[in-house]
Amino acid sequence: MKHDIVEKNIGLMAILIIVVISLGGLAEIIPLMLSRTASDPVEGMRPYTALELEGRDIYIREGCYNCHSQMVRPFRAETERYGPYSEAGETVWDHPFQFGSKRTGPDLARVGGRYSDEWHRVHLMNPRDVVPESNMPSYPWLAEAEIDASRTPIKMAGMKTLGVPYTDDDVAGATAAVDGKTELQALIAYLQNLGMAIKTRGQ
Amino acid sequence: MSTSWSIFVIVLVIINVGGCGWLIWWTMHMRTDEQAEGDLSTGHTWDGDLKENNNPLPKWWLNTFYLTIIFTIAYLILYPGFGNFSGTLGWSQYGQYENEMAASAEKLDDVYAAFRDQNLMELSSNEAALSIGRNVFLNVCAACHGSDGRGAKGFPDLTDNDWLYGGNPETVYATIANGRTGIMAPMGAVVGDDGADAIIAFLRSDNPDSAEAAAGKQKFMTSGCIGCHGLNAEGNQALGGPNLRDDIWLHGDSTADMKGIIMGGKTNEMPAHIDLLGEDRVRLVAAYVLSMSR
Repeated sequence: MKHDIVEKNIGLMAILIIVVISLGGLAEIIPLMLSRTASDPVEGMRPYTALELEGRDIYIREGCYNCHSQMVRPFRAETERYGPYSEAGETVWDHPFQFGSKRTGPDLARVGGRYSDEWHRVHLMNPRDVVPESNMPSYPWLAEAEIDASRTPIKMAGMKTLGVPYTDDDVAGATAAVDGKTELQALIAYLQNLGMAIKTRGQ
Repeated sequence: MSTSWSIFVIVLVIINVGGCGWLIWWTMHMRTDEQAEGDLSTGHTWDGDLKENNNPLPKWWLNTFYLTIIFTIAYLILYPGFGNFSGTLGWSQYGQYENEMAASAEKLDDVYAAFRDQNLMELSSNEAALSIGRNVFLNVCAACHGSDGRGAKGFPDLTDNDWLYGGNPETVYATIANGRTGIMAPMGAVVGDDGADAIIAFLRSDNPDSAEAAAGKQKFMTSGCIGCHGLNAEGNQALGGPNLRDDIWLHGDSTADMKGIIMGGKTNEMPAHIDLLGEDRVRLVAAYVLSMSR
């Protein structure tokens, strides 16, 4: 091929550039998207309950992911502190996943069961009541705001469309499950379920 | 990864590496049909006489590009990346993690072994054990009990030598390892609003037999409170029923706090830690907790 031809046909050059830069993605992303280790849930995992799903929305709305990651990497320094490292199969029903990329606060991928519900309540109302050194903001309004239960079935139906195995009964019962619950209760329910699919590994 | 995907990746890698090599070679070699002998021009001419000269990269610079290709090939031979080929070094991310864990487990086992033949009381005065126990405490326990162990409202102070379940070494170990769930039943329906006020007056009274405490004491004795808190309201460590005759009020000592607990109850939970920490470290942190209470 002549230099001339590529330089003087901008359409051809664009196509060649696309071919070159797509090679990495084709090799690294496409096979993984179709790989069972990345698309099958880990054993014993269940989808979020209606209340937990609403809690996840609070988590996103309040921007928790800006300071908290949900990804324990396979290093001793991380597994000693947080628990077993994260696996791809744990987040197959997360739309979107909450891996995060910054840790001002600790990782939350295994926070489920680590503290009591009461601790989470006190801590979210004012973190300094239990951890004087904390620089996490307070979220007192969560205790007063109630979940908008009328929207929960729509959210669950949306998740179902994305492949989360909710039954029709789950969707139909969603409103009743979250009715009258506060945002604080929903967020705590969500946090208490994080990482519960894998509690221990080979100790 | 299935064989077909492996082949897919291998083909793409070969095209990519080969293509890079070819591209560098191709752009660095002027085509003879475009360049006459001794002429530096690329043959491109604009506006009649404006020519573009070919000005090649310095040789060393060009060679760094070839070096990156050699690096790529060496990397793909040594490490995983070429389809399913796992590399001659046998390295894997999980393998590295397992090695890291095994190496530290071996090292730590030596450290912990020295503590295994000592009982918890001995460990609680062993400086080496306490320095490890303190670190575990700060990492795991301090979120609720505070970095100084003095707790917070609703989360027990571990330094005051007042124990809900008892302060002997075995009990402290069991509490950390297996957790505790303390349940105060909601008594509002049983004692009523006035009854709760009377009970609070009784609990606050210096003399439980005085006239001001009589009504509350009566209510306390007949409403089932003694089941967990004992006949004299001094608590029952076997059940985790707190002593109500001392000055330590886990959930607050204001009338509103006390009344809220009596009327509405409270469930307080200490999570289990044996899975997270393992037996050796639970023992060390138990020793540290015991040392704090002295």
